[in-house]
Amino acid sequence: MKIIVLAKQTFDTEAKLKLDNNGRIDGQGVKLILNPYDEFAVEEGLRIKEKTNGEVTVISVDQEQNKDALIQAVAMGADEAVMVVPGDVELDEYSTATILAKVISKMEYDIILGGFRAIDDGSCQVAGRVAESLNIPVVNMITEIKIENDEVQATRDIEGGSEVIEVKLPAVFTAQKGLNEPRYPSMKGIMKARKKPVKIIRLGELGLAEDQIAARVKPVSYTLAELRMAGTVIQDEPAKAVSQAVKLILEKVKVVI
Amino acid sequence: MTKGIWVFVEHRENLIKKVVFETLSEARKIADQIEDELCAVLVGKSDDSMVESLSEYGVDKIYLAENDVLKTFTTDGYTNVMSDLIKRYEPRALLIGCTIYGRDLAAQVAQRLATGLLTDCTGIEVIDSQLVFTRPIYAGKATVKASCKTSPVIATIRPNTFAAVQNKKDPKIVKTVTDCGNIRQVVIDAVRQVSQRPELTEANVVVTGGRGIKGPENFKLLEELADVLGGAVGASRASVDAGWAPHSMQVGQTGKTVSPTLYIACGVSGAIQHFAGMSSSKCIFAINNDPEANIFKIADYGIVGDLFEVVPLLTEEFKKLKTSS
Repeated sequence: MKIIVLAKQTFDTEAKLKLDNNGRIDGQGVKLILNPYDEFAVEEGLRIKEKTNGEVTVISVDQEQNKDALIQAVAMGADEAVMVVPGDVELDEYSTATILAKVISKMEYDIILGGFRAIDDGSCQVAGRVAESLNIPVVNMITEIKIENDEVQATRDIEGGSEVIEVKLPAVFTAQKGLNEPRYPSMKGIMKARKKPVKIIRLGELGLAEDQIAARVKPVSYTLAELRMAGTVIQDEPAKAVSQAVKLILEKVKVVI
Repeated sequence: MTKGIWVFVEHRENLIKKVVFETLSEARKIADQIEDELCAVLVGKSDDSMVESLSEYGVDKIYLAENDVLKTFTTDGYTNVMSDLIKRYEPRALLIGCTIYGRDLAAQVAQRLATGLLTDCTGIEVIDSQLVFTRPIYAGKATVKASCKTSPVIATIRPNTFAAVQNKKDPKIVKTVTDCGNIRQVVIDAVRQVSQRPELTEANVVVTGGRGIKGPENFKLLEELADVLGGAVGASRASVDAGWAPHSMQVGQTGKTVSPTLYIACGVSGAIQHFAGMSSSKCIFAINNDPEANIFKIADYGIVGDLFEVVPLLTEEFKKLKTSS
């Protein structure tokens, strides 16, 4: 089975944010990690590969220096890594998905996996958009997947529970936490991954027209959130402290009791 | 020239989701500002009570796209119908509650129409006749304001952000016939926990148990407190990883994002990843026996103490106020 995994690098959660001279989020010196939800997708891809004697290709759209996420996926066991380098072009989720779909449409695939959201932008769009552009079905937020030839039963989150959805391959699935426990790359895997080059595709090679990939969304301004300040720690014996706390809370916010 | 601000009406078993009324209320203000029409779009199954509910929230027009096949949500079915309606009527904007189905629908429709989508928005404003949406990024550490160059702009709206404001109108009802197209997702089973408590993402009060809760049976204490306040019960990653609570209760970066009026963190250390899921809480109250716990750096009020002693006292205190009011 040919498995494609959509992956990207995101800021590490601990990263302190600052704005650059253009008022945009400054990426300089920020620690980057493989998006945790994409890690679930890589892991599931590897499990499917192992069951079906298949092949996993990980693909990302990003600047060339952000290869580490792909290298980590290869270290975990992915066979190929592909990076589409956009250069100077401003991208949004529509652009990224359109580009990914174009690249993928030239590849052989049975199943496409991705994380259901990225922890930096929290957008939850790209994988679904890729499915739409490839004209294949999508099932989001899966916590379990059972594949029988080209028939898939996927369990996915819904509010207050879960649904089991049946689709035929090829299809796109996005991973929710609980799908699996991602493996750590072995030392051997890491050494192998370092030696294996990431295949680079430059945006210009894809033959996409400018208006086809132009970003639809335009950021107007970025603002750093006000730091939440430490409040009052109420010092008193429990019963009195509780009484005081409740009084203060109800002065601050309206809670219907 | 009016084009229409559309709000998608998510519903289940004849009940319209709260976020729809919240979105309609905010969209009404925008519609007034730019002198456009506010329209609700109800797909699948409508009945008089649903139409009645919608007319309480300032709607100028209600599109009804009734279809038995669409009684329950499927990504394909709803995408086909919504895309079709948009191509036909060309609204300026489509607003969808940022729920699980809402996110599914928004991404598919946006790509089909080759347009932009702003997810999980916490603000809408008009700047130079353009709709500008505010959304949190980087786990709430920053926000971005963005607009869309193409029409329609699609945005999903974070639940519990805007107030639902009643505003009775007499909307025009437009019945439309749509083709639900080929639906490739087949729902073969659905399991829903029946709970009297509100959904975490919609709750006004959330009581969360962290590592300090020490075991699944102790959540009972938090449930009693939550019930007095009509709230929901959440769990930190530590509790979920320890197997004391299911992942569906997890609040945080790899769990749910909640925006309650009151967030009570019991035995929660307050790691940044947890904060990512509750930073927009209006009031945070923490109970932890460790005075150095990070949670106290972000909580509005805190008590350093044993949650097994403090939580029952809290429940009692709120109960007292309840009976006296």
